[in-house]
Amino acid sequence: MSRVSRGPEPADTGGAAGGTGGGSDDAAFTALLEDSAEDLYESAPCGYLSTLMDGTIAKVNGTLLGWLGRERDEVVGRMRFTDLLTVGGRLYHETHFAPLLRMRGEVNGIALEVLAADGARMPVLATSVVKTGAGGEPLLIRTTLTDARDRRAYENELLRARRAAEEAQRQAEDDRARLQSALTVLQQSLLPDVLPEVPGLAAATHYRTASPERLGGDFYDLFPVGGDRWAFFLGDVSGKGPQAASLTSLARYTLRTAAPYAADPAAALAVLNTALTDRYTGGDPRYCTAVFGVLRPDGDGFDVRVASGGHPPAVVTRADGGAEFLDTPGGMLVGILPDAPFTGAHTRLGPGDSLLLYTDGLTEARVGADRDLFGEEALRAFAAEHADGGPDGLVTGLVRLIDGFGGGLTDDTALLCLGVPAAPEGDGT
Amino acid sequence: MDVLTRNNVVVTGRPDGPTVVLAHGFGCDQNLWRLVAPRLEPDFRVVRFDYVGSGRSDLSAWSAERYGALDGYARDAVEVCAALDLADAVFVGHSVSAMVGVLAAAAAPERIGALAMITPSPRYIDGAGYRGGFSAADIEELLESLDSNYLGWSAAMAPVIMGNPERPELGRELENAFCATDPDIAAVFARTTFLSDSRDDLKTVAVPTLIVECAQDVIAPREVGAYVHAAIPGSRLVTLDATGHCPQLSAPEATAEAIAAFARART
Repeated sequence: MSRVSRGPEPADTGGAAGGTGGGSDDAAFTALLEDSAEDLYESAPCGYLSTLMDGTIAKVNGTLLGWLGRERDEVVGRMRFTDLLTVGGRLYHETHFAPLLRMRGEVNGIALEVLAADGARMPVLATSVVKTGAGGEPLLIRTTLTDARDRRAYENELLRARRAAEEAQRQAEDDRARLQSALTVLQQSLLPDVLPEVPGLAAATHYRTASPERLGGDFYDLFPVGGDRWAFFLGDVSGKGPQAASLTSLARYTLRTAAPYAADPAAALAVLNTALTDRYTGGDPRYCTAVFGVLRPDGDGFDVRVASGGHPPAVVTRADGGAEFLDTPGGMLVGILPDAPFTGAHTRLGPGDSLLLYTDGLTEARVGADRDLFGEEALRAFAAEHADGGPDGLVTGLVRLIDGFGGGLTDDTALLCLGVPAAPEGDGT
Repeated sequence: MDVLTRNNVVVTGRPDGPTVVLAHGFGCDQNLWRLVAPRLEPDFRVVRFDYVGSGRSDLSAWSAERYGALDGYARDAVEVCAALDLADAVFVGHSVSAMVGVLAAAAAPERIGALAMITPSPRYIDGAGYRGGFSAADIEELLESLDSNYLGWSAAMAPVIMGNPERPELGRELENAFCATDPDIAAVFARTTFLSDSRDDLKTVAVPTLIVECAQDVIAPREVGAYVHAAIPGSRLVTLDATGHCPQLSAPEATAEAIAAFARART
């Protein structure tokens, strides 16, 4: 092949073949050199055409005429480039190809289809260059069209695969969204939409799932139980997911049903204990911790009796700025043993006092650089600092605190805070 | 996100001049006005923008519902006019944007005082007693063209999308790819453009209107230009000795002059 360097001009044929080589190699080489520019154009392995700036075809090669099944004089001066295209291709040409060509002076590898005289379509890849005059003014457009039948078939396969993949992804996303909305509805059924208005009592709640894709296992409620009494509870079931949700639902509705008939708070927890031990027998014990309480109006405040089954102690904040635990030591987890004992406690909420119930997602959050447990004592101190805002102020402060935990909050957290509004300043003087 | 960023609004020209708003049609983006804008800038305040879904608009603001009807594009146009607090502007709409302009002018008559329609068509599909030049099947064929050319551009765009700060020339490629849109978005725009029927809307035009058509235009042939002219009483029809659907590119000087003469006659 090094001999090619001797002279690329087609005219340089004379005695070149008489050189050093022999036989058929020389004959082939001679044929190569005799390849005229005209023949290179006419018989090129791609379609060639030159058009005026208005698209009128001024020159076209034999290869393209062959593809089109047309005579040269049908095409030259009579047809425009867009006349060779399918209607869709014509639209694409006018809205994409032509503007790009005008702006850039060239476009590469645009997929189009040319229409043969007999209506047959042939996929091609079109590349165009604008030839400009000395002053930069556009003179004509040179276009090559390469046969893209094989490539288009291959691309169609790719497109089909892409569409299938996109469809599968859409399907998966739809399924996920449906599941998410089912979970949300189910989660909402485990908690009251809004708390009832209790005369003389302020209440605030917050619920935070550690993961929106998993059903949480915390629950709370506040509801009337006849006369002027109100019952409330807050609890945390073992585990997460659908089983925990089903347990939560059972716990919530059992407590609501038992509340009006229970002689005291411990009796309500005992009913729940029986329900759980009856329901979850054998090798799948399920249990929960819970605080259950009853409120009774008492002068300018409320008399509060609670019972706890294995639940962290409630915090009581006082109008004077103090905060103490309402201790309920020794209460068993609910649902473990048939005759579990539950511990009762009693307090009074006067004006400016609040009772905070929470689940251990809050106190077991990991905080700080050492990822220490937040802890019950820190919660008590925090509650004391935020006591003067009443239930709303305390819960708002806690929500802000939880926000700051970020990834340190690994479990669901429920808050229920009940309080007696502080007496207006100057009242009674 | 504010409208000026969402629609990639660019304001040039004489700040105290009358305002012309240049709105692109289906296919590319405001770059299409690149040769026309400089010719208007000495006398006019020139506003260009990209519809959401095109060019460098905020694609996250796009939805198939809003942009599946010309009304969605008209809302973009009105919101751009409102964001600039325009009054009595000349709205220059290319191709489908001419019909968008009709809707926008009806919705915000205080902001749009005149319409210049560049190669407009109120209906691309043939129907009884009307020749728009295309059939519904032709439009499906266009969608296939969009799709088959997507493979090419996605390959070209991939390095840009992935971010490649050490290769600044990719920024230029991005600019060159201005006609490349997400094919799902382009398909919605294509269907909205080519399947809409705005013939009845032409009756609502109540502002001075200029129609600019090309002598040779396969998308909006001259009989369509004549139809629009006849449907809008008092409209002016200018036929440019130009080929193609984008006279802003094939005959920028004549296009700019037609727009300028029309806008000047109003002041």
